[in-house]
Amino acid sequence: MGKYMLRRLVRSMITLFLVVFIVFSLLRLMPIEGYFPNYEKLTVEQIEAGLKNMGLLDPLPIQFFRYVKDMLHGDLGYSRTYMANVLVTDILKQKIPISMKFGLSTLFLALLISIPLSLAMASHKGKLIDRIGTLFLVILQAVPYAVYLLLIQAIGTEKLHIKMLYHANDVTTWILPIVSMSLGNIAFYTTWLRRYLIEEEKKDYVILAKVKGVSSKRILKKHMLKNAIVPMIQYLPNSIFNTIIGSIYVESLYSIPGMGGLLVQVIQRQDNSMVQAVVVLFAITGILGVLLGDILLCLIDPRVKLNSKGGV
Amino acid sequence: MTWREQNTKEWANINELSSFQFANRKIEDNKIRDAKADTYWMATIKTFAKNRFAMFLVCVLLLLILFTIIQPYLPSQKDPNLIYNSRKTGQQIRNQTPTKDFWFGTNSIGQDLWSRTWSGARTSLFLGIAVSVIEAIIGTTVGLLWGYVRKLDAFFTEIYNLLDNIPSTIVLILISYILRPGVTTLLLALCATGWIQMARFIRNQMLLIRDKEFNIASKMLGTSTLRILRKNFMPYLISIILMRVSLSIPSVIGSEVFITYLGLGLPLNIPSLGNLIQAGRAKLMMPGLRYQLLFPTLIVSIITISFYLIGNAFADAADPKNHR
Repeated sequence: MGKYMLRRLVRSMITLFLVVFIVFSLLRLMPIEGYFPNYEKLTVEQIEAGLKNMGLLDPLPIQFFRYVKDMLHGDLGYSRTYMANVLVTDILKQKIPISMKFGLSTLFLALLISIPLSLAMASHKGKLIDRIGTLFLVILQAVPYAVYLLLIQAIGTEKLHIKMLYHANDVTTWILPIVSMSLGNIAFYTTWLRRYLIEEEKKDYVILAKVKGVSSKRILKKHMLKNAIVPMIQYLPNSIFNTIIGSIYVESLYSIPGMGGLLVQVIQRQDNSMVQAVVVLFAITGILGVLLGDILLCLIDPRVKLNSKGGV
Repeated sequence: MTWREQNTKEWANINELSSFQFANRKIEDNKIRDAKADTYWMATIKTFAKNRFAMFLVCVLLLLILFTIIQPYLPSQKDPNLIYNSRKTGQQIRNQTPTKDFWFGTNSIGQDLWSRTWSGARTSLFLGIAVSVIEAIIGTTVGLLWGYVRKLDAFFTEIYNLLDNIPSTIVLILISYILRPGVTTLLLALCATGWIQMARFIRNQMLLIRDKEFNIASKMLGTSTLRILRKNFMPYLISIILMRVSLSIPSVIGSEVFITYLGLGLPLNIPSLGNLIQAGRAKLMMPGLRYQLLFPTLIVSIITISFYLIGNAFADAADPKNHR
């Protein structure tokens, strides 16, 4: 087990290194306007001096290793066009808690809904409730979320008269974004939990329990759910890590000053060091989430084969 | 006389033998299985055709695709990028609600939304289908090598483990951020990640059938590798490939909408469902102008749900367990 985890860890680190390197080198290809808040007014000499000051004229490997060294010390450079000469980490420190607050409540809501829903659907397989639930899931998974979230926004603000734009002190403005964000999670967790529950149903221990006369409700809740939820645990760390990133779409839809909205803004302003920092953070959370998920699964369920060959 | 001989002798009593008669039955009458069993493909198509709803969706989609192709050649169609001016006032016909002239109305600068919507559907469908097909080609090629050539297995597995860790949203955003916006950029960005999953699916299927007897027999008989791949493997793989393609089309169309939202999508003079929705979104809070959002979202929803459901129905139909 230790060997597996070590291999898994090393692999993730290599991936992370590669991703950071690729992101870094690609962003060096960007136009240099993104480094100056007032590019149009500068002379050629000023630009040259500015670039030299920022160390952007050094060879790529030197720049990269300086960047990694700084990153390990918690320094991600300065924002240039988004907020002139503010430390990137300061901006992130402001934004991450907001996104996490939304993300965690979203996750909580999603689990709160998807566990009972998948139980109901699995125990009434093929009946009306399962069909309605499947329709709901199909719509959520097939239609681009950019489309149905607009619908929610329109209905929520028009018919239910909920204030649209986010306000930190007004809890009612949190409702729509949290509901919107949780839908994707609900679709994901319900689909898979239902599938795992139905798979469990065919196993011997369930048949034995039925023969013994245990009520089907009790079998479902006491025995099947526990087993079916094990493979889902793998996705939990990733979901939690994803809350740091926030939802790009929902956050800018409701003007929530979080990480997702930040990415949209810095892309529009072409703030290279901010885009770089956010994308690298994306990569780190994504990679670590999957890594922790695999390790957690391997700790919880010893039956999981510890072969290093992924993809089977 | 041994025990056996004695037994035979007793058994072969002529009187007893004559009591046996021919029953005059043919073996064909009693065969359980129908002699004319369907081929795999016939069975798949028959099972699929039984699903009426899926067949209906196939018809809807085919009609829709056909219409987006022939729409520009129909009589009296407007140019999607032309700005229309009113004859009386000489000003742009802004935000005109649907009329006889402008079936879907006009947008905020006086362009015809009917032709823009269909032109956008054309772009999005093209992107979706092209990206999925390219993904399928790359994914299948890599998957075949990965699954068939034993020496390459460890190498590809390692590569897969590395690439699979990279969140695909990042690749999408990064490529579209760095390159100039346009159809080629979007194609590249959307194709960059999907093939990995495809390759893995193909490889896993290959592992299941690689060492079956019929493959070993083919090899021993000296069949060329290409022929083995084509004749022995492809029938098993094609259903997976088709299913993945039809499921990846809606997600590609969704990604296009998303990337346009970030401001990294196609320029406005190439209408796509993504930038139509993006433009319509600005009108969300004006109830009188919501028609600008309604039509593109409706088309997107029809296309994506149809492809998604057809893909799932096809996956069910392609599973031999569901053949009867």
